[in-house]
Amino acid sequence: MGGVHPPENKFSAGKKTKIISLPQQVIIPLRHYSGNPSVAEVSRGEIVKVGQLIGRANGFISANVHSSVSGKVSKIDNAMDAFGYKFPAVFIDVIGDDWLDEIDLSPEVKRVCNLEPHEIIKKVAEAGIVGLGGATFPTHVKLSIPQGKKAEVLIINGAECEPYLTCDHQLMLEKGEEIIIGISILMKAIRVKKAIIGIESNKMDAVLNLEKWAKTMEGIEVVPLKVKYPQGSEKQLIQALTGREVPSGALPIEVGAVVQNVATTFAVYEAVQKNKPLIERIITVTGKSVPEPGNYWVRIGTPFTHIIEETGGMPQDTGKVVAGGPMMGRALPSLDLSVAKGTSSILFIPSSESKRGKVFNCIRCAKCVFHCPMGLEPYLLMNQGEKQMWENMEENRVMDCIECGSCSFICPSNRPLVDYIRYGKSTVGTMIRNRKTHKS
Amino acid sequence: MNKLIVSPAPHVHSGNSIRKEMVSVLIALIPAYLVALYYFGVGAIIVSVTSVISCVIFEYLIQKFLIKGENTVSDYSAVLTGLLLSFNLPSNLPVWIVVIGALVAIGVGKMSFGGLGNNPFNPALVGRVFLLISFPVQMTSWPRPMAWNTAYLDAETSATALSALKEHLGNIPSLFDMFVGNMGGSMGEVSALALLLGFVYLLFKRTITWHIPVSILLTVFIMTGIFYLVNPQTYVSPIIHLLSGGLMLGAIFMATDFVTSPMTKTGMTIYGIGIGIITVVIRMFGSYPEGVSFAILIMNAFTPLINTYIKPKRFGEVRKNG
Repeated sequence: MGGVHPPENKFSAGKKTKIISLPQQVIIPLRHYSGNPSVAEVSRGEIVKVGQLIGRANGFISANVHSSVSGKVSKIDNAMDAFGYKFPAVFIDVIGDDWLDEIDLSPEVKRVCNLEPHEIIKKVAEAGIVGLGGATFPTHVKLSIPQGKKAEVLIINGAECEPYLTCDHQLMLEKGEEIIIGISILMKAIRVKKAIIGIESNKMDAVLNLEKWAKTMEGIEVVPLKVKYPQGSEKQLIQALTGREVPSGALPIEVGAVVQNVATTFAVYEAVQKNKPLIERIITVTGKSVPEPGNYWVRIGTPFTHIIEETGGMPQDTGKVVAGGPMMGRALPSLDLSVAKGTSSILFIPSSESKRGKVFNCIRCAKCVFHCPMGLEPYLLMNQGEKQMWENMEENRVMDCIECGSCSFICPSNRPLVDYIRYGKSTVGTMIRNRKTHKS
Repeated sequence: MNKLIVSPAPHVHSGNSIRKEMVSVLIALIPAYLVALYYFGVGAIIVSVTSVISCVIFEYLIQKFLIKGENTVSDYSAVLTGLLLSFNLPSNLPVWIVVIGALVAIGVGKMSFGGLGNNPFNPALVGRVFLLISFPVQMTSWPRPMAWNTAYLDAETSATALSALKEHLGNIPSLFDMFVGNMGGSMGEVSALALLLGFVYLLFKRTITWHIPVSILLTVFIMTGIFYLVNPQTYVSPIIHLLSGGLMLGAIFMATDFVTSPMTKTGMTIYGIGIGIITVVIRMFGSYPEGVSFAILIMNAFTPLINTYIKPKRFGEVRKNG
């Protein structure tokens, strides 16, 4: 149902990962987009090692934060995240590269894991792993199945349906064995016998590589998916792989599914088998005018400016810099930002493509309705959003919108459909919360 | 460093535009236009050029002096309205009547509601029906199709298949002639073959979906088919109904007008069935030989109601007790 076909522009596909050198200073955010910020565990002037805990999870939906470098804490201060908000972050001046002793840095792949499910979840929580697909929801929370529910299948998201992005693709090519081991560990943690990896069929090399390694484990299946945006959206992926539709307003566990991103499974492997917390990730640096688009291992907290400098600088014609993909990523107000756990790319958009087109009347072509993957009527939601008809928006299921942007992408009148839907979602969301508090 | 532009996602656009959609429809009309030129010659050129130019000029003038808004002529929707209006007119219609039709189509049908996107009724049909009611004689004297016709106002006239049926004249053209367009009628409606070619193009370009045209044609086929089976002496074959009058033009190009048709596939099907039923009722029991224009305008009025009650299939719809 629905979906669009934006030009793929995967310029960095198949580019071997390179390592970005250590910067002089890292700025490690204590909040990674979703949940509560963690509480700083270090103070100014303290010497830290790579992998040392520097922020402790605060509350249920929160994750630990570890130092990605060794050095001296220079300050704990507010820093901007990709939304433009300021949140506390730990600033560390890099000295050498001194890792905690318990972290296993050997190249050897450890296949056997004898831990019990609750021990695995504890280790995942300790390592500060969050969903690396972008939403950065703490992984241990997703693995803790609520009482009365039962997980039946683990779904691994390797769709990477966003144009330009290739970081998951490259990880699947380079770390196939580790990903499969990570998946088997997750299967054990949530007690399921079956895992399905969904990968868009424009990455057949990744499909073949993971199929090769999946044969070495029980119950893991790799399924090539139709190339269509937003194939990698949680609900759409579950539907494509199991045929089940997650009911409106419910979580995937309602249909027995737990979804994890491939990059998350690799992080789980490293945490459980190698004692390595989540301190680095692959990001894609790309764009139409970028001389050498590529995939890079970076430490969490590395300033964007450092990465940009190392990868050939910002193209002259850049009009917009986006963290994430072009369909759902964030346009950055400045480059004064550092890599968070959920940062998947730095995308440079030429100024010729940076401005939105002129907005015209809705001509009721119904393309937004046909292309909406959730079966909504974006044209109607926008009309009601403009008139602030919140109750009507709620009736028309505004809260179901996954903000994939297909409607705005396809609209011949350049209407800012998803902007008004987001506006409606935030207002209607507050309305619903208020109703609940008044009731109780 | 240059200043960075910030805007909410998405940061790419399909490049789709109103003009591109309009151009697709204009291209899809080319085969039918060529047939019109072949059979109706000079008259077809005069009527179509007059209609297009006056529609564009009226939209420009109304936008500039009455609405005082931005110029919208460049979206080509007025060109399309003009061409579609001329397709619904006989090729021997005097220029001044064509100009009045264009004024009503653009002025009343479109701009009085605020321009493209706000009009409840198909503008070209508003213009056509206005002319049909105001100038019934001129609007129903159809030139006889002749290869490379050079006559205009003095063209030899003939009856259409439908008026022949209504008045029991009995001289209905052969099915083959009806299919390729060798029959009397409005300049753009005669050739089912050319219109179907346009339909294929529109489907290929994904400008429209099949739902509206197919539901209209099927409804007409089934309803007239039942009448034919019951009493073949009084009623003609459903094939003749499909190929005659403005049914093909109406189903493929007039009823599928974006602005005035429903927004969901189910809604489109209901709308199409409605048009089919009203068309057959007018053709068989009404005083006019042809009813497609009226049927579409009547169903245009139901479009907001259909949009209110027919919703797309929601993802993850919660069924009660399900």
